[in-house]
Amino acid sequence: MKQNRFWPWLVFSLGAAYFIVPLVATFEFSLRMRRGYYSFDSYASVFSDPTFQATFSYSVVIGIFAVIAGILIVVPAVYFVRLRLPKLRPFMEFLTLLPLIIPAIILVYGYIRLYNSSSIIPFTGSALGTDVLLIFAYVALALPYTYRAVDTGMRTIDIQTLTEAAQIAGANSAQIIGQIILPNILVAVLSGAFLTFAIVIGEFTIASLLNRPAFGPYLQNIGANRAYEPAALAIISFILTWGAMGMINVLGRFAPRTSARTD
Amino acid sequence: MTDATTTAAPLAPARRRLSFEWLGVAPFIIFCLMFLLLPTLYLLAGAFIGPDGNFTFDNILGLFTPQIMAAYWISIRIAGASAVIGAVAGLAIALAIIRGRLPAPLRSGIMTFSGVASNFAGVPLAFAFIATLGRLGLVTIIAKTVFDIDIYRAGFNLLSFWGLTLTYLYFQIPLMILIIAPAIDGLKKEWMEAAQILGARPWQFWRYIGLPILWPSFLGTVSLLFANAFGAIATAYGLTGSSLNIVPILLYAQIRGDALQNPGLGAALALGMVVITACANLIYLVISARAERWMK
Repeated sequence: MKQNRFWPWLVFSLGAAYFIVPLVATFEFSLRMRRGYYSFDSYASVFSDPTFQATFSYSVVIGIFAVIAGILIVVPAVYFVRLRLPKLRPFMEFLTLLPLIIPAIILVYGYIRLYNSSSIIPFTGSALGTDVLLIFAYVALALPYTYRAVDTGMRTIDIQTLTEAAQIAGANSAQIIGQIILPNILVAVLSGAFLTFAIVIGEFTIASLLNRPAFGPYLQNIGANRAYEPAALAIISFILTWGAMGMINVLGRFAPRTSARTD
Repeated sequence: MTDATTTAAPLAPARRRLSFEWLGVAPFIIFCLMFLLLPTLYLLAGAFIGPDGNFTFDNILGLFTPQIMAAYWISIRIAGASAVIGAVAGLAIALAIIRGRLPAPLRSGIMTFSGVASNFAGVPLAFAFIATLGRLGLVTIIAKTVFDIDIYRAGFNLLSFWGLTLTYLYFQIPLMILIIAPAIDGLKKEWMEAAQILGARPWQFWRYIGLPILWPSFLGTVSLLFANAFGAIATAYGLTGSSLNIVPILLYAQIRGDALQNPGLGAALALGMVVITACANLIYLVISARAERWMK
């Protein structure tokens, strides 16, 4: 049939302009630090800032722990619910949707109230305790994505048959999950991990309210005090996010499939 | 030893396995209780407890001051506007790349970019828009020097309703594209062919078949985008500091102890936010359950 391609191109061009112009403007702004001509001075200034290095590595470490904690919490639960306790599935779906309904600021406010230094579990009483609380907060924040990534991963492999085969070979439950299931859903788990990372690395609200020296509060502080470094940091953050998403795309091509059942 | 029990007693392993299953699920349940349910319920219950520890509605009534009501109202307006505009723009772009016969690589490129941009929220996004539309931003300067238009003198301000809405659209539109694309893929080619055979023009197909089928997914996603923008704080905080009077920033200031100085009132503020986002998400769940009827 005859179809006019004018409208699709117009819509696409307008959209592209809206999304590209801020990136170009930010990049241009980040080069303006030296008067008169363009330079990468603002990037040099950012990378040589010891606070940048300290807060960035802190957030990376917290992110890695959040990814590991998320996997340890979610993978066994999804496995056993899929295999033996399907009645719990709607309940799990509901629980994992909660972080989308409860804004992060309310979650952290609840933590501060419930786990203050005079409570039964005084997480916020020490720096280490607050770090642990921050890690669990990020696990909670990423829960909808981690759960869905793991759940999708397990749907594409036949966990019933794999489990039976492993049991016949004499494996116990921990071995089945760690050595049979996890390697088979590794791609899905890693996708969830990179998404968790993208969310966690520049997170501001929770880290700031828990008073931790993370990358998000550092960004905000620079934004309030400097002129050109924020633009450089925005570009760096964008590239980091792009890198995490790119990794998910690349990983998607390696997804393994044992004879998936049509369920 | 375990071998002996498994072979000798057929009933025992079943029970042991059952307890093992619960052992695997237990960390998840305990995690959700400790870090999702209990803190939220504890906080929200605080909205009904006065300084003396007794049950009271005073905190809820305390919300009805002009400042707090204004904060809720502007938050709802910003979330609503960025959700509706984001949904319409996202739908238009998704339709253009999926049904508009644009080159195929464009589609995968846009989907990847949407994944990135929908996660590019928070403080860095605020920086990007300051560098674009702030007083020294590229677009502001080009408008002034090339077109001789001073957008700030014309009444534009990045730290305003439209400024914030325009910024939020940067993650709202990509989120819409990501969520609505599967629904558009679900529109079967046969439906369009059938409509053509019956003599429908393209606009008639969209008016009477395409858009009515997409409508539930569309409405559902609008409510999701609304909740997404309503709870967002980092972008607004990076853009304006604590100067803009929206609910999340008010709550942030309250938690930091900068303002209000009343824990009960803070809890009531939080309760109001949860009620509003929960309503939006409830609408999403109900509508998306209806929408799935067409997605077979």
